[in-house]
Amino acid sequence: MTTNTLRGAHGPTWRRFAAPVHCYRLAGLLASPFAALAALLGAWGLYLGFVAAPTDFQQGEVYRIIFLHVPTAWLSMIIYVAMAFWAGLGWALNTRVSSMLASALAPSGALMCLLALITGALWGRPTWGAWWVWDARLSSELILLFLYIGFMALHAAFDDARRADRASALWALVGVVNVPIIYFSVRWWNTLHQGASVSLSAAPHMAEAMLRGMLVCTLALWSYAVAVVLWRLRLIIGERESGAAWLQAELGASFEQGQAA
Amino acid sequence: MARHLLQLLRRELLLGWRRASDILGTAAFFVIVASLFPFGAGPDPVLLRAIAPGVLWTAALLASLLALPRIFSADHADGSLDQLMLSPQPLSLLVVGKVWAHWLMCGLPLVLLAPLLALQFDLDGAAIRTLAWSLLLGTPVLSQIGALGAALVIGARGGSVVLALMVLPLYLPVLVFGAGAVAAAQAGQSADAPLLLLAALCLGSMAATPWAGAAALRISTD
Repeated sequence: MTTNTLRGAHGPTWRRFAAPVHCYRLAGLLASPFAALAALLGAWGLYLGFVAAPTDFQQGEVYRIIFLHVPTAWLSMIIYVAMAFWAGLGWALNTRVSSMLASALAPSGALMCLLALITGALWGRPTWGAWWVWDARLSSELILLFLYIGFMALHAAFDDARRADRASALWALVGVVNVPIIYFSVRWWNTLHQGASVSLSAAPHMAEAMLRGMLVCTLALWSYAVAVVLWRLRLIIGERESGAAWLQAELGASFEQGQAA
Repeated sequence: MARHLLQLLRRELLLGWRRASDILGTAAFFVIVASLFPFGAGPDPVLLRAIAPGVLWTAALLASLLALPRIFSADHADGSLDQLMLSPQPLSLLVVGKVWAHWLMCGLPLVLLAPLLALQFDLDGAAIRTLAWSLLLGTPVLSQIGALGAALVIGARGGSVVLALMVLPLYLPVLVFGAGAVAAAQAGQSADAPLLLLAALCLGSMAATPWAGAAALRISTD
């Protein structure tokens, strides 16, 4: 009996959240605080980036785009790995919610990819004189966007949600195995064809004020991504479990609350 | 097990032979796409030589993409895929047979046709040899990645478009190393490094595909 109370009815307590009902509530509980955190950190980070940080002596004001560009690029890569992790977990352990979380992550990852590419182009035009160069970093970010599109297209191609989950999980894992191969092939291709004409890694060290702004902006975007993904997860759970009694009860309760207010 | 594999290959090749338009279609598509580029880019031999590695490899990539849905779709439609999967032999063996039969019918013709097309692009002997080698090592990788994707989209809505979106980004390393090998040979450099990398990709995909393909088939026929 003691082990039962310690471990809960379905194994360790963290596994409780594999049940859609618990996960739905947890996501609802966490999403709003993360959204508030994102707004606060975002305001602070943008202040640090656009007001407090000094003007760069080489690039002038243009460099300030990095306060958005670098965090979006980081997030786009991290979200892909997280997506593949949750998709793989959902496939291996047959937990529906993990797979739903993976499909909730995909659009945010693709958005971050797109933002990284757009902010990169806006920075590249005044700095390099071109909206786009076939640099290894730019090209692999573009391919990452294509990988997200492939994942979402595969998931959308099935009416049976569980089959869509499993198929796209396998494909996401294949993608993760291939990402390093793609990255190094692109680097190698780049050096063969034109030589590294632009390299971000050779940039001079950053002033501390700039680094602080970038880190705060990164945390803000992380919080934003967490909040949005959790909200999207709630919608996906709601869509897939629309017949479940607990969901009807949950929605009915919140509806009555709204009426009372 | 070897006998089972041979029987499987024989069945696939026989089926392909009886419906030869599929195979010929892939080869014809390759030739036509490669021939379109001079019309678009102009007949200047210097320009054509410069774009030849990329053009020929991209055309081969698209041609092999075109043939992918046929690996499983017909067998799925008439129910023979389910029967094949009921056999007591390991499922990965079925994947191996399917992939290599597909390569023999749709990959090998590209390898054999490419030198002919290379002449149209005015490549020299060393570059043509490298092109043939790179295709010989690279097209099996395309068949294996493609077969994995094709196994996943069995019976999916808009399967061939989805398949293209999924598979093309993963084809990128093959394209880079394949076209890179030919470009190196053209420039008089050694093409060994990209060819060896292609061989590594080929061996790696040979090790992983039977296993992953079996998992994909199980997902698709659940």
